[in-house]
Amino acid sequence: MPGYVLFWIATLLAFVLFGRRVLALVKLLRRARPENRFDRPGKRVRYFVTYVFGQKRLLHEYVIGFAHFLIFWGFLLFAGTFAWNLLKWLFPFLPIAYADDAGIIRILLVLFSVLVLISLCVAAVRRAFFPPPHLQQSWDAVIILVLISLVVLTTLFALGFRAAALGPEEATSTPVDGLLYSIFSGVPAHSAEGLYTLMFWLHQLVVLGFLAYLPYSKHMHLLASPFSVLFANVKRLGSLDVSGSKEEASSGSSKWDEFTWRQLLNSFACAECGRCDRACPALNSGYKLSPRMIVHHLKEHLLEAGLRRKGDKASEGNGSHPLIGGIVSEAELWAYTTCYACMERCPVLNEHIPLIINMRRYLVGQGSVDSTLQQVLTKVSRYGNSLGQSDRMRGKWTQELDFTIKDARKEPVEYLWYVGDYASYDPRIQNITRTTARVFQKAGLDFGILFEGERNSGNDVRRIGEEGLFEILKEKNLQAMKQAKFKMIVTTDPHTYNTLKNEYGLNGTSNGGQNSLRNGMIPVKHYTEVLDELIHEGKLKITRALNRTVAYHDPCYLGRYNGVYDPPRRVLKALGMRLVEMPRNRSTSYCCGAGGGRIWMEDQPGIKERPAENRIREAVSLQGVQTLVAACPKDIVMFQDALKTTGNEGKLTVKDIADLVYEAIE
Amino acid sequence: MKIMQEPILVLAEHLKGNIADITYEMLGAARRLADELKAPLYSVVFGKDVAPVASHLGIADSVFVLDHPQLDMPSPDVLAALLKMLIEQKKVSLVLIGGTNVSTGIGPKLSFRLNLPFVNFCRNIRVENGSMILTSQLFGGKILSDVRLPENRGVVSVYPGSFPADVARSDRKPSVEMVDLPVEETKVIFKRYIEPETGDIDITKQDILVSVGRGIATADNVAMVEELANVLGGAVCASRPVIDQGWLPLSRQVGKSGMTVKPKLYLSFGVSGAPEHVEGMKDSGLVISVNTDPNAPIFGVSHYGVCADLFDVLPALVEKIKTHKGKE
Amino acid sequence: MDIVVLLRMVPDVVEELVIAADGRSLDTQWLRMRLSDPDEHALEEAIILKEKHNGTVTVVAMEAPEVDEVLFTAYAKGADKAAKLSGDWTGIQAPTIAKLFSSYFSSANRQLGSETLVLLGSQAIDDLEGEVAPYLSEMLGVPYVGVVTGIRLDEENKKMTAIKEFAGGLRGEFELPLPAVLGIQAAEKPPRYVPVAKVRSVMKSSKIENVEISPLESVAGLSIDRLFTPEAAGRAEMLEGPPEEVSARIIEILVERGLVGR
Repeated sequence: MPGYVLFWIATLLAFVLFGRRVLALVKLLRRARPENRFDRPGKRVRYFVTYVFGQKRLLHEYVIGFAHFLIFWGFLLFAGTFAWNLLKWLFPFLPIAYADDAGIIRILLVLFSVLVLISLCVAAVRRAFFPPPHLQQSWDAVIILVLISLVVLTTLFALGFRAAALGPEEATSTPVDGLLYSIFSGVPAHSAEGLYTLMFWLHQLVVLGFLAYLPYSKHMHLLASPFSVLFANVKRLGSLDVSGSKEEASSGSSKWDEFTWRQLLNSFACAECGRCDRACPALNSGYKLSPRMIVHHLKEHLLEAGLRRKGDKASEGNGSHPLIGGIVSEAELWAYTTCYACMERCPVLNEHIPLIINMRRYLVGQGSVDSTLQQVLTKVSRYGNSLGQSDRMRGKWTQELDFTIKDARKEPVEYLWYVGDYASYDPRIQNITRTTARVFQKAGLDFGILFEGERNSGNDVRRIGEEGLFEILKEKNLQAMKQAKFKMIVTTDPHTYNTLKNEYGLNGTSNGGQNSLRNGMIPVKHYTEVLDELIHEGKLKITRALNRTVAYHDPCYLGRYNGVYDPPRRVLKALGMRLVEMPRNRSTSYCCGAGGGRIWMEDQPGIKERPAENRIREAVSLQGVQTLVAACPKDIVMFQDALKTTGNEGKLTVKDIADLVYEAIE
Repeated sequence: MKIMQEPILVLAEHLKGNIADITYEMLGAARRLADELKAPLYSVVFGKDVAPVASHLGIADSVFVLDHPQLDMPSPDVLAALLKMLIEQKKVSLVLIGGTNVSTGIGPKLSFRLNLPFVNFCRNIRVENGSMILTSQLFGGKILSDVRLPENRGVVSVYPGSFPADVARSDRKPSVEMVDLPVEETKVIFKRYIEPETGDIDITKQDILVSVGRGIATADNVAMVEELANVLGGAVCASRPVIDQGWLPLSRQVGKSGMTVKPKLYLSFGVSGAPEHVEGMKDSGLVISVNTDPNAPIFGVSHYGVCADLFDVLPALVEKIKTHKGKE
Repeated sequence: MDIVVLLRMVPDVVEELVIAADGRSLDTQWLRMRLSDPDEHALEEAIILKEKHNGTVTVVAMEAPEVDEVLFTAYAKGADKAAKLSGDWTGIQAPTIAKLFSSYFSSANRQLGSETLVLLGSQAIDDLEGEVAPYLSEMLGVPYVGVVTGIRLDEENKKMTAIKEFAGGLRGEFELPLPAVLGIQAAEKPPRYVPVAKVRSVMKSSKIENVEISPLESVAGLSIDRLFTPEAAGRAEMLEGPPEEVSARIIEILVERGLVGR
C-alpha cells in the first residue's frame, strides 16, 4: 500500500493528540472529590442498554430523536468497521480480512450511509431553519455535521469506486454491490482505482482528524456519555446524599476540584442539546439562568483553571475567573426551583441539581444569602418553622376540630401524620388541613401528630444549601420520632414526603445513612397514596359522585422525583371526576415555582411571567375545566396567588384533593 | 403623704428652631398634674438663639432659658449636668423628658447623677392618694406596668403620642427667666447635620397617604399601591421594614425614625402597627387599615379596619375608585 | 482597636407574654429569651469595624438561657473572645445591668484601654428604667452617643465620628474620642448570616470564658406595682364582606368625608 509510512504517521499523530487530551481530562477527574458510583452493577448495565443503546430519552423529541438513533447506530457501525480495518492496515500481516470484504458489512454500510445522510440532513435543516429554543448554535456543531457527512460520503464513494474498479462480475456479489455498480459504472475502471484510493485517503484523514478533534469539541460526549449513563444515580432521585464522600458536605464547592468526579463528568457528557433548558420553568419565566449553561460554565471553569500548565502557577488566581461570582452569577444560582425537569430530560443523564446545590452551599457558607432568605433560615432555626411563629402554636389548627387528634408522643398510633409548616401555620391552608383530618377521621384511620415536636422537615432548607441546619432539623425530628410509637408516616406536603422518604434513613437503605429509628422499615406515604388505599379498601366510602371536569397538577416532588402519579388520579376517578390531563402532565409537569426555597425569595426584576401564572394559563386553556386540583400546600399558595395576578379568578378554582374527597364523603 | 409642692420641670425639646410636639404633650400632662398637686410647672429651654422657643411655652408658670453658643446640639452629658444644677437650684421634684431620639440618654444620666429613679416609656401619670403612679409600656406595648415614685420624685421619659399636644399650645406670654449656668466642656462634639436626600415628595404635606408595610411582600407589588395613591390624588409612604428593604426611599418612611404625618386620610396595607410606626401617624384624620391579622396593633389606632388579604382589597378598591371618578 | 460588645437577652415576643401570679413579673414557664435586636446590630457593627480597621472584638453577655448559642454565633461571625457573666440575672434592670458590666471592666482581667470602644444596643424592649448605655457611660466615666447608625474611624488622627439618627431622616455627626460607649440603633448593614454548620464547628473549637462578678449591691430600682395587659382600647370598626363590598363601603366613607370626589 502506498504511503504506508504516511499512514502510520497520520494514525500515530491522531492517536497521540487524542490520547493526550483525553488523559489530561481524565486526570482532572481523578483530582476531583471521590464518589461511589460503582454499586448496583446490574442496574447500571440496564441503564446502559436503555439509555445508550436504546437512546430512550432522545426519542422524546421524536423527529430528531429518531435521526440521532440512526446516526448513533450508524456511527457504531462505521467506528467498528474503521477500527477493524485500521488493525489490518497498520498490521497487514494479521490473518484477518478487511471488514468491508464481507458482503453483509457492505450492505449495512451502504444502508446506514443513506440513513445517516438523511438523518444528517434532518439535523442540519432543523438546526438551520427550525431550531428549537435553547439549541446551542456553534461552529463546533456545524463542523461535526460536516465531518460526519464526509465520513459517510467518503465511505459511499469509496465503496462505489471499488465496485466500479472490480468490474461487473465481482462487483455484483450482493444486491447492494449491484446497486453501487449500476450507479458508478460510468466511471472507467482505471480511474475508479485512483478515485478509490483518493476516497480511501480522504476517509482516513477525516476520521483521524475527527478523532484528534473530538476531545476538544462538544463531541467529547461520544466518549463521556456512555460513562455518565453507566455512573448515573441509580438510587433515590430525591436524595442529595453522596455516598463515598469524605469531605464535609456543608462546605460546598467554589472551585472545580471541590466537585466530585461524577459532577465534573457532566461537563464532558453534555452535548449542548438544550433539552434541559426547554423544560426549565425558571428559564421560561425569564430568569437569567439556564441548566445547560451551568454545566457549560463548569466546563469552562474546569478547562481554564484545571488545565493550567504548571508553569503558570505564578499567575494562578490572577486571570482565571472565579466560578461563583465570575463565570456563574449568584443570582443565577438562587433562581433554581430544583424541579428536576432538566435532569428528567437529559439524554446523557447529567445531574444539574447537585452542581447548583453545591454552589449554593458555598454561598451559604460565606453568608452570601439575601436578607429575606436569611430571615427565613433564622426563623426555621429558632422556631422550627419558616413562618416565624412560636413552635408551641404548631398544633393550634387542631383546636377548631370537633374531635381530638391523638398526640403521637403520648400514645401509639398507626400513622404518624407529618403535617408540615404551611399546613400547620398558614391560615389559608389550615382549613385544608382540618378537612384532611376530618377525612382521616371518617375513614377510621388511626393517626396522630407530633404537635410541638414536629419541625420543618428540612427538604427545602437542604436545597437552599444550609446543610448544617438540615442536619439539625433531621436530628431533632428523628429524636421526636424516636419517642413516638407508630408504624407508618403520612405527609401532607410532597417536599416533606421527599426528604422523609429519601434522606432520613427511614427505609433502611438511604444513601449512606444508617437506619435511623429502629431496625424495621418505616414506610413514608403521601396523603394521596393513603386516600387511594382507603378508598380501595372500602374504608372511605364515596357517597356522592362529584361530576366535574377537573385538571390535575403533578407536584414535582411527588411525581418526577418519586414516581407517584397514579394514586391521586385514582382518587379523582373514584370521586366521579372527569379528568382532563394538562398538556404537560406526569413527568413533564410544569413546576409552580415554589421549590428550592424560591417560595421564600423575592422574584427577580424583569421576569415576564411566573411559573405558576404560566401553569394557570395552561389550565384555563383546557376546555370545560372548572377546577385545578393540587396535592401540595405550596401549589395551593402559588396557584391561588397566580389566579389573582393573571385575572383568572372567575374562570378557574384551585382545590386540594382533600377538599374534594371531603365533599364526596359527607 | 404631704401634698407635693415641689415644682415639676419639663425639658422643652426643639430641633432646628421647631418645637417638637412631644414638648407640648409633656406640658399638657404636666399642667394637669401640677394643678392637681398644686405645684408650680416649669419648663427649660437649652439651645442657641432659642428665645423665640420660650415664648410658645406659656402654659408653664415659668420658663427658664439658657442661650449659649455651645448648646446648638448638645450631647446628653452636657444637658444632664445643666439639668442637675437647675433642679438643685429650683428644688424640682419631677422631671419630664421626651422619649425621642433627640433626648435619648439624658434621663438615665440625670437619674444617675441625682440618684433618683428613672421611668421609661411612660404613657400615663396619675395621682392616687397623693402618690404618683406612672404607667409605662413594655415589649412594644404588649405589657403595661404601673410603678410608684418614692416621694413622687424622679426622672420620667414620656412616650410620644401618649398625651394630646394641642391642649398645651397657648398664646399666654410666659414668665421667662434667663439662667446663667456654666456649660461644661464635653468630649462629644456636634459637627453637623446630615440632611435626608430630598425625596421627590414631602409626605408630611400630603392630605392623602397610602401606606405599605411588610405585608406587601415584594418590591413589584409597591406599584399596585402607587396606582391607588395616584387615583386618590395622594402619595405612597411606608413603615420601616419596607424602607430597609430599599423598596421606597427614606423620604417615605413614617415613624419614630422617619416622618410624622397627619394627613386627612391614611390608608394602610399590610402594616402591622408597631409602636415606632404608630408614633408617626396616630394623629391622622381618618385611618383605614387592611391586614390579614385580626390582632394587628394597627387596628387599635384605626377608625375602620378590614381583616383581609390586601391583594384582594387593593385591586378592587382601585377599580371602584376609577369607576367612581369616571362617573363625575 | 479593642471593641467590646455587650449582649443581653430579652423576652421573645413571638410567644404570648403571660403575667405571673404575683402580678408583678412575667411568668417564666413559657418565656423564651432571644438576643435583643439592637445588640445584634451592635455586634455586626463591631465586626464591620474590625474588618475595616483590624483589632479585636470581645463579646460579653450576662448568663441566661440560650445565651451560649448567641456567644458561639458571635464567634462564628468573627468575634475573637466571648465571655459570660455567671449568675442568675432574672428581672435585672438597666441600672444594675450597667453596674454589672462596669464591674466586668474593673475586674482584673479586663481594663478599659485608651483604644477601647464599647458597643451595645441603643435600647431594649424591656428598658423600664432606661437604657443601659448612658448608665454605663456614667459609671465608666467615658463619653456616650446613642441612637447610632454609623461609625467612622480616622485612624491617622485618632478621631471617631458617630452618626446619630434624629427623626424624619435627619441625622447628626458627633465627634468623640476613645474610650467611649456607643448605643447602636442599626449597623451599617443588616446583621450577617452564619451557616449553622459554622456555628456547630465553632462550638467544638472555641470556649466561652466564665466570669465571676463579685456580688453587687444592687442599685436601688423601681419596684413594680403591677403588670397588666392593655385593653384593646378604641378598636377600629371592622368592615366585613368580600373585597367588592368592602371597597364599596370604603368609597362611601371617603365620599362622606369629602376625601374623594369634589
